[in-house]
Amino acid sequence: MARMKFYCDAERCIECNACVTACKNEHEVPWGVNRRRVVTIKDGQPGERSISVACMHCSDAPCQAVCPVDCFTTTADGIVIHNKDTCIGCGYCFYACPFGAPQFPSDGAFSGRGKMDKCTFCAGGPEEADNSPAEFKKYGRNRIAEGKLPLCAEMCSTKALLAGDANTIADIYRKRVVNRAASALISGSNLQKTSFQPTLVPPELEGKASATE
Amino acid sequence: MKLRKISDQPIHPATPGVKSLSRREFLRNSGLMAGGAMLASGLAGGMMKKAKAEDPAPAAKGDTKTVRTICTHCSVGCGIIAEVQNGVWTGQEPAFDHPFSSGAHCAKGASVREHGHGERRLKYPTKLVGGKWKKISWDEAINEIGDKLLEIRQNASPDSVYWLGSAKFGNEQAYLFRKLAAMWGSNNVDHQARICHSTTVAGVANTWGYGAMTNSYNDIHNSKAILIMGGNPAEAHPVSLQHVLKAKEENDAPLIVIDPRFTRTAAHASQFVRLRPGTDVPLVWGMLWHIFQNGWEDKEFIRQRVYGMDEVRAEVAKWTPDEVERVTGVPEAEVKKVAQTMAENRPGTFIWCMGGTQHHIGNNNTRAYCIFQLALGNLGVAGGGTNIFRGHDNVQGATDLGVLADTLPGYYGLTAGSWKHWAKVWDLDYEWIKSRFEPGSYEKGKDSDGKEIDVPVMETSGIPVSRWIDGVLEDKANIAQKDNIRAMFLWGHAPNSQTRGKEMKTAMEKLDLMVIVDPYPTISAVMHDRTDGVYLLPACTQFETYGSVTASNRSLQWRDRVIEPLFESKPDQSIMYLFAKKLGFDQQMFKHIEVKDGEPLIEDITREFNRGMWTIGYTGQSPERMKKHQQNWGTFDYTTLKANGGPCDGDFYGMPWPCWGTAEMNHPGSANLYDTSLTVAEGGMPFRARFGVERNGVNLLAEGSWSKGSEIQDGYPEFTADMLKQLGWWDDLSDTEKTAAEGKNWKTDLSGGIQRVAIKHGCAPYGNAKARTVVWTFPDPVPIHREPLFTSRRDLVEKYPTYADRKSFWRLPTRYESIQAKDYSKDFPIILTSGRLVEYEGGGDETRSNPWLAELQQDMFVELNPRDANNAAVRDGDMVWVETPEARINVMALVTERVAPGVAFTPFHFGGVFEGKNLRAKYPEGSDPYVLGEACNTAFTYGYDSVTQMQETKCSLCRITKA
Repeated sequence: MARMKFYCDAERCIECNACVTACKNEHEVPWGVNRRRVVTIKDGQPGERSISVACMHCSDAPCQAVCPVDCFTTTADGIVIHNKDTCIGCGYCFYACPFGAPQFPSDGAFSGRGKMDKCTFCAGGPEEADNSPAEFKKYGRNRIAEGKLPLCAEMCSTKALLAGDANTIADIYRKRVVNRAASALISGSNLQKTSFQPTLVPPELEGKASATE
Repeated sequence: MKLRKISDQPIHPATPGVKSLSRREFLRNSGLMAGGAMLASGLAGGMMKKAKAEDPAPAAKGDTKTVRTICTHCSVGCGIIAEVQNGVWTGQEPAFDHPFSSGAHCAKGASVREHGHGERRLKYPTKLVGGKWKKISWDEAINEIGDKLLEIRQNASPDSVYWLGSAKFGNEQAYLFRKLAAMWGSNNVDHQARICHSTTVAGVANTWGYGAMTNSYNDIHNSKAILIMGGNPAEAHPVSLQHVLKAKEENDAPLIVIDPRFTRTAAHASQFVRLRPGTDVPLVWGMLWHIFQNGWEDKEFIRQRVYGMDEVRAEVAKWTPDEVERVTGVPEAEVKKVAQTMAENRPGTFIWCMGGTQHHIGNNNTRAYCIFQLALGNLGVAGGGTNIFRGHDNVQGATDLGVLADTLPGYYGLTAGSWKHWAKVWDLDYEWIKSRFEPGSYEKGKDSDGKEIDVPVMETSGIPVSRWIDGVLEDKANIAQKDNIRAMFLWGHAPNSQTRGKEMKTAMEKLDLMVIVDPYPTISAVMHDRTDGVYLLPACTQFETYGSVTASNRSLQWRDRVIEPLFESKPDQSIMYLFAKKLGFDQQMFKHIEVKDGEPLIEDITREFNRGMWTIGYTGQSPERMKKHQQNWGTFDYTTLKANGGPCDGDFYGMPWPCWGTAEMNHPGSANLYDTSLTVAEGGMPFRARFGVERNGVNLLAEGSWSKGSEIQDGYPEFTADMLKQLGWWDDLSDTEKTAAEGKNWKTDLSGGIQRVAIKHGCAPYGNAKARTVVWTFPDPVPIHREPLFTSRRDLVEKYPTYADRKSFWRLPTRYESIQAKDYSKDFPIILTSGRLVEYEGGGDETRSNPWLAELQQDMFVELNPRDANNAAVRDGDMVWVETPEARINVMALVTERVAPGVAFTPFHFGGVFEGKNLRAKYPEGSDPYVLGEACNTAFTYGYDSVTQMQETKCSLCRITKA
């Protein structure tokens, strides 16, 4: 069984919002509900970086732990889905979630989407037949049932956002990191310094790095 | 509360994730929800057309059609896979096979399926009657508009009708539109390229022959250094960053971004250089100063392939580090670091966009960039080049196909010879075409002997789109044409992308007739206070028709039709046919183009321009070859774009032009221009011999350099029939080719024989010359700095003044020094510049009508530095007035260090609010975009390039006060 995960590479993310509109497109997510959004830190300043954030499908999901009506389920693929019929929309999961993933549609035309809405990893919902009209209406399309991965990642402009089995994603990212470090070492200059890469310690600081931590 | 651990729980046994359904068994519902339900909710039954889904139940198996097309937003040209069920666009899948995008999209591309809903579209022909919109039929519309046009033609002149076309046309539509204007008898035809990259096309073509991106997005994989100046591709061309970041990561290529604004692209740069807007030439010369000072230039390349570098040296010598810092604000160490990085990491590529082009000295900027690359020998090599990112999806194609006031398709110009060439392609009588134009002459010219002659109207450049408002407003006596412009066609054009909005409103109100042909009503429908004489005609989008489109890298891609035209909309080619018929020249215009059920056959149009576009090699890309490429995306290499095996073996993807000769010749296209390491038959070439063979005793032809396999191992001029005879190659032509080629040259021989034989002997049909750094026909032969018309640096005006005013330039008086003479800097102390947002495209009528995009950018804003905000007592999120000498706009303040103190930035995609007044109520019902906002160009001021009339949108002056 797979263990599905997202990973967003901050060195690649350019805040183009393709992931956000791909999600809207695929699931017909109404205005005001954002299953995925791009968060930018140091906006407009040196060091500006963005990452795309949605439900992270935690292996030990706090939302699931706190839900008073137990509406969450973790699939065999490690995807955290929830039952909108059971959900009472209390928002406790919103307290528990470290990423602000749960969304609460406002009243009116969009309230038909249910009490709480969040990223399904494109896996639909728990109770309906796969890709039935009922499932689509409540949860959006079920790509996993079609053997496909989440569209947000598949359409990412720079391949910053990756989705799939954690092992595969780790492989892709490892290759990328090695490429970055190797190209820097080969060319001997312009080492790209990112928080995720081996940093060459300047000679004058050698041995002092740990002391400062 | 104690958290329960998931590991203690049983895993849900019946997970939907594990059940596997085959693609075909699966029932897609999103289309039912989307196309069907949403359309139905907003519209009366009669207006709906083919967009309703049938009962889904029996349609579950095998009914999903997959269609390949190309994104209609920017010039990257990303592939789209559309899923269609019962005529409804139900899904969008990543095109992983696509050579440019490998499945990727930006926010705009990832949301194109919304076109299949089209909720806010213009749904049927509409006219303004007594201030109210009234639905009319296509017949009524064409008849009423046509009668009015003929009346204006009769009472005024054919030149009183302006044909404003579009970069959103496919190639076939663009070509047909230019032909329509020709048959109508006017050169008052233009499109967005004028206000986007016209200074690039003019500057670059005059440097080395062709005015296009030299390499490709994919070729950036080979770059060892990347310099982006005046461009923000992370927002304007997001998928290009895929290629840029690949080079950055895998080659450790430094990424240098030079911009007045710390853009989202700059956030990923290894070096960011902030310059004062409008000082590109001083900064480039400042970099070259270090390159020459340290001997980093490529001396052998310059000796063999560059003309006039010594004159550049003389100009560069004036730009000492001190002077560069005084003018640009960039310290010596930063300038030197860029120069050294580019010198040490070759090949490097130079990317620029509108930050460089949209200035009154835009042509100087673009030529300076080219010269920088020539000095480093970065041309004609993979990983190098000037990678000019064009704007709209088909702005390259619409430019190539001559939707321009100064040329016929293929950059043939407007000379009698050019008209005769196209008359021959069209199989029409040249005299008949001439008779369609205003008789007489508007301006004097010189014939080949230098004698003064009257230039016929047919050979006189028209009014450029940037100046159409002056064609309406200027006193008739001052315009070099018979009468003012009285009727405007705005065919796929957002007027809020043009400056001087307040004067534009007046111009719109003065017109006799406005015809807007567009999928959306656009700001043209609402920004004026007219009560009559406005027609809105619904054109469909490119997803509802088909044909070819040219990406920035010169590749021609084929689009298939995804859905039938929604509502009562029609494809552009069908609307053009209706007008041609009404105006009485359909027999001529469609002589060799089949028209079926009112729709001209796209493939016939492609074949027709294939027969005439010899100058830039748009001749080998037959519909059949393009369709084959489209079906085999996956066989082309991600970096070289070359098909390795498969049905397109050896071709470059999309046969980037020049694709020489006829389709039968099977030329692969040319991936990187001026690459001498390949034979011409393989897509190699030298610089074009376009400017003569000698100037003041100096050889303009290449010396000791030629493309691989050339039998002439030195420079040579362009090929003519006589030259073939002199070389003894004439008998390589077949007898039919000989008949066609006699007295012709490589551009006018319709058999393609001259090109074929030149290439057979390893030669480029257009010759082998040096690139020139001195354009002696331009106002500034060597690019020099001139202060912006609205400059904040009055201390520099004396040393770096603008041009003298011109009495007649593209038919119009054009002001320079009389504007710069006035000091606005005290009343308007902040420099105002503009640019793009990733969510919106162009004037934004289409993208602001897409809820998935509109939700992400709901407010028009101005970015200003905390220092300027504090001085004006403005807090983040406050509404402010941004006021220029032209007008004022009411927008939200975004306080950020993205801009430097003294500089303010506005995006240009908004519209529908005019000087504080919301115009939502003026849209035809149900077609107002979700998001409205002030257009920054309402406030942008006067200023036009000295060669092409490009508008100045990157450097004006404003003051900002709390609203």
